[in-house]
Amino acid sequence: MLKKLAGYVQEYKLPTVLTLLFITGEAVIETIIPFMTANLVNEIKGGADMSNIIRVGLILVVMAFASLACGGLAGFTSAKASAGFAKNLRKNMFHKIQGYSFENIDKFSSSSLVTRMTTDVTNVQMSFMMMIRIAIRSPLMLIFSVIMAFYMGGSLAISFVIVIPVLAFGLIMVTKFAMPAFHRVFKKYDRLNESIEENVRAMRVVKGFSREEYEKEKFGKASENIRKDFTKAEKIVALNNPLMNICLNFNMVFVMWVGSKIAIESAGTVLDVGQLSAMLTYGMQVLMSLMMLSMIFVMLTLSAESARRICEVLDEESSLKEKEAPLTKVADGSIDFENVNFKYSAKAEKNALSDINLHIHSGMTVGVIGGTGSGKSSLVQLIPRLYDVTEGVIRVGGINVKEYELSSLRDAVAMVLQKNLLFSGTIKENLRWGNENATDEELEDACRLAQADEFINTFPEGYDTKIEQGGTNVSGGQKQRLCIARALLKKPKILILDDSTSAVDTKTDAKIRAGFEAYIPDTTKIIIAQRITSVMHADLIIIMENGRISAAGKHEELLMSSEIYKEIYEQQTKGGTENEA
Amino acid sequence: MKPKKKINPKIFGRILSSLYHYYPVRVPVTFLCILFSSVIATIPSIFIQKIIAVIEKWQPTKDWANAGKEIFPLIMILIALYVLSIIATVVYTQMMATITQGYLCKLRNSMFNGMQKLPIRYFDTNKHGDIMSHYTNDTDTLREMVSQSFPALIRSIAIIVGVLFIMLYYSVWMTLVLILGVIAMFFVSGKVGGGSARFFMRQQQSIGKEEGFIQEMMNGQKVVKVFHHEEQCENDFNALNDALFEDSFKAHAYANILGPIIGNIGNIIYVLIAVVGGLFLVLNTPNLSLSGMAFSISILVPFLNMTKQFTGNINQATQQINAIVMGLAGAERVFALMDEVAETDEGYVTLVNVEVAADGTLTETDRHTGKWAWKHPHQDGHLTYTPLQGEVHMNQVDFAYEEGKTVLHDVSVHAMPGQKIAFVGATGAGKTTITNLLNRFYDIADGKIRYDGININKIKKADLRRSMGIVLQETNLFTGTVMENIRYGNLNATDEECKNAAKLAGADDFITRLPEGYNTMLSGNGSNLSQGQRQLLAIARAAVADPPVMIMDEATSSIDTRTEAIVQRGMDKLMEGRTVFVIAHRLSTVMNSDVIMVLDHGHVIEQGSHDELIAKKGTYYQLYTGAFELE
Repeated sequence: MLKKLAGYVQEYKLPTVLTLLFITGEAVIETIIPFMTANLVNEIKGGADMSNIIRVGLILVVMAFASLACGGLAGFTSAKASAGFAKNLRKNMFHKIQGYSFENIDKFSSSSLVTRMTTDVTNVQMSFMMMIRIAIRSPLMLIFSVIMAFYMGGSLAISFVIVIPVLAFGLIMVTKFAMPAFHRVFKKYDRLNESIEENVRAMRVVKGFSREEYEKEKFGKASENIRKDFTKAEKIVALNNPLMNICLNFNMVFVMWVGSKIAIESAGTVLDVGQLSAMLTYGMQVLMSLMMLSMIFVMLTLSAESARRICEVLDEESSLKEKEAPLTKVADGSIDFENVNFKYSAKAEKNALSDINLHIHSGMTVGVIGGTGSGKSSLVQLIPRLYDVTEGVIRVGGINVKEYELSSLRDAVAMVLQKNLLFSGTIKENLRWGNENATDEELEDACRLAQADEFINTFPEGYDTKIEQGGTNVSGGQKQRLCIARALLKKPKILILDDSTSAVDTKTDAKIRAGFEAYIPDTTKIIIAQRITSVMHADLIIIMENGRISAAGKHEELLMSSEIYKEIYEQQTKGGTENEA
Repeated sequence: MKPKKKINPKIFGRILSSLYHYYPVRVPVTFLCILFSSVIATIPSIFIQKIIAVIEKWQPTKDWANAGKEIFPLIMILIALYVLSIIATVVYTQMMATITQGYLCKLRNSMFNGMQKLPIRYFDTNKHGDIMSHYTNDTDTLREMVSQSFPALIRSIAIIVGVLFIMLYYSVWMTLVLILGVIAMFFVSGKVGGGSARFFMRQQQSIGKEEGFIQEMMNGQKVVKVFHHEEQCENDFNALNDALFEDSFKAHAYANILGPIIGNIGNIIYVLIAVVGGLFLVLNTPNLSLSGMAFSISILVPFLNMTKQFTGNINQATQQINAIVMGLAGAERVFALMDEVAETDEGYVTLVNVEVAADGTLTETDRHTGKWAWKHPHQDGHLTYTPLQGEVHMNQVDFAYEEGKTVLHDVSVHAMPGQKIAFVGATGAGKTTITNLLNRFYDIADGKIRYDGININKIKKADLRRSMGIVLQETNLFTGTVMENIRYGNLNATDEECKNAAKLAGADDFITRLPEGYNTMLSGNGSNLSQGQRQLLAIARAAVADPPVMIMDEATSSIDTRTEAIVQRGMDKLMEGRTVFVIAHRLSTVMNSDVIMVLDHGHVIEQGSHDELIAKKGTYYQLYTGAFELE
């Protein structure tokens, strides 16, 4: 997984490598500084002349600046590398998602995709930066400090031989016990937050049933449960601190006792006061490095979850495959379904569509009607290959849809989805989704056809009116008409309206349909509707039930042959027709 | 790093006092232990000084035997102090874990419990994401502050003060040199830190922009595909993404550089002290110190170590300040939620179980009789019991969500027990508002609403709402089994009663076909069910509560007309004997109501039965014949 993610560093390899170099430089200098200060102290103690003291002092100042330069540059390059890495991850994820099929999209919820692209990427970015800065620096510091300590302190450095394994073992044990505990508790914590969200969303229900006390009790229990688990986990981690202290203190006592013995017995030849104090500094550096390493380790494991979630997005293979040499021209708007079976995922038990056979001539108007879950939307979504059939063949213009280039096919098939969506931007910008190069005249034509022209002109800013995110500033009926206009601008061979006029009144609905007949006679029109008046004049009416075509034919035929159709018709027109008459 | 935002000292005080309030023993003990262990952390300098003095004394004669005798007791005392310090450290770190988690748990609970009491207005006017961030982001920053920044800051400050004293004890002049260095350190870090803070803010803005874009595109992904608009989207995204990269890079670069700067200024101060100290030794400058000691190498060495300790801890302390500023901002928001004004409830009329005697007199009982009455204590002390019937009388009601924007004008409705009243009208006409007023999600501005003859302002809200079943257009289900979700309406309902309610609502049919029937787990707001199925469940949930009044706000909007016709019989049975308020888009749902009220911009413009309104040939007639758009 790490290897896979590392591939996305791409053009930021150079700053990454530079960071490693600078960090190494910084670590080297930082371990030499105590050595030099030991010399300085010895010079002072020896009562050497001032020039020596100043000379060593100057060297030290130069080293401090060198260390500053290395550290600063490393800070700069590591920021660039990690921010760039994050940028590439987001870019590639977005690109990948653009290539997803509907099936892929259904697999991830949109909110989860948002989290993956923001929070998870930020986590990985921070970990990456930590890794190239500290994860390299700490072991280097550790190794250099130990080497310097042995070089300078000789047998005094034995203390490290005792302390390092003890601390390392302790840290490993703490991490080993704490990690699973944290994983468990974070999961519970997420669930708690989910249940709070549920409560906030359902506040009207909670209050409507006066369930506040019940909710409090439920929450209190879950919250207490988390407190206990969290406390346990934190208590384990809290052992790190005294453990570190024990090791530091041991080193301190050891160096002071043994060190002073050596210093006195050798009269300062083997080891003097300066080295003694440097040994204390090295001890500190070694133990801090170990501590840092264990921290990094914990952080990396915690962000591994984020990394995994990112990889999931990047690894997801689009379930739609394009042909090697696809066709780019769709001949006409004829559609044929042959023995089509379809299920949404391989795991699904039930077919969403079974045994569909249909032949639609170019230019026909087809009405589709049926209950919720009867398969109306599934049926039409197969035509522009939003999903692929499980079995059977669909032909558009006489050719299997899989033979076409995806973009050509979707250009030829315009679809207004049940869940209409406008994007933030002006009405014009939204309409141009249908055709980027459409002239203002073409826009107005399409809107006239979709009966949207009239209300757009009542807006003070007309076609330049801003649409809020989610299209909240236009009514449902207006939104539907704008979406139809947007689809019309594609000048499609096939136009599919998936329950797209449900919020439009019957008169306007009729006007839209009449406009279709008059102005786009050659386009095949498929209209899914709940309202029987929307489909009853169609050339072919299809009645769906339980994923099958229950009946198909013209209005008069169906009234005779289909019980369901008759029932819907009578139920919806009962009373109405009498009064209308 | 300098805090950019002003720290509100009140918030700080409130956190401390509430911490102390929850843990009156642990908090002071922890504080003392932190102090103790930090003071001990400064002590070795004194021992180093003494030991070096011993070394200097005996080094010329190489007499370890005598030197050892002098050093041994020093080492022993040091070990003893260390042992105590480690005990203190264990105590405070373990206690901190308890305190932090306990405190967070208490905060969470008081936020949640307080939230349950907030008026619906709060939830209507605040984004759910914002409310949630109190529980997630804000609580996380608080945790960071309480568990890490607080102890670290106390420790650093204690060490700085302790070291400062010891330094002054040894040499005032040298201490002054150090302080000058530290001032320079603050100056530089303030500059760099300011730049970092500026870019971090810009980074947050860029993230916000990009997140908004991603959100919109992910929601509209299917539309993007249908129009194969992928490339344009990617281009727009890349522009935002590049901008974010720039800001993120700069923000982190500044932050990363700060560490080496402070660290190396520390190194330079170290050298400075060494050189100045050397000069003192060489020139034999008279020392000024609290101890009166003369300046010697045995002072200089520990002094150098203390310099490291001093600058190191300043570095530590400055790093905590950012976390503390963020933590305080989080705490401020958490407290703001806790301080939100709760829904007021001055109601004193309660709903009680009663037994009905043969002569019609009502006697209160604890038993679950299925008969309910309003218990009404009057000012003169006597009690009356009014049977719960479900008569609702709205009289000349005016209402505005925001001052000056009246959404209901002079609305009067009289629903007799058992009647079905329907509201029809365009979006924003005020249909849902009326139901919001009935169960007092909002309170009316003018006019009166009487329930069984009692002003609803006098009725305890919980009891008022208990007596009204409500089914909303947007169905909210809870994580749990189907059975548990139905039982939400009446926690005492048996499985049998729940199933009967489901049958009544026409939900039994699909429930029994679910993989595990009534025990099927629902998650994510019942995302494994269709919208129509969820609505049926919500109806069953209201049915099991068996309320005398039911409010159905677009309750069947997602059930197709054919299925609706099938469940209609059950629905009719469910509505039998109850006062029902129905809001529906679809006229077929409201046709059989006793009274249909047509609303327009908050005014009742027509009212009457279906036949009456059709005969009138007014707005309802036009709606019915489809001449008007209902939206």
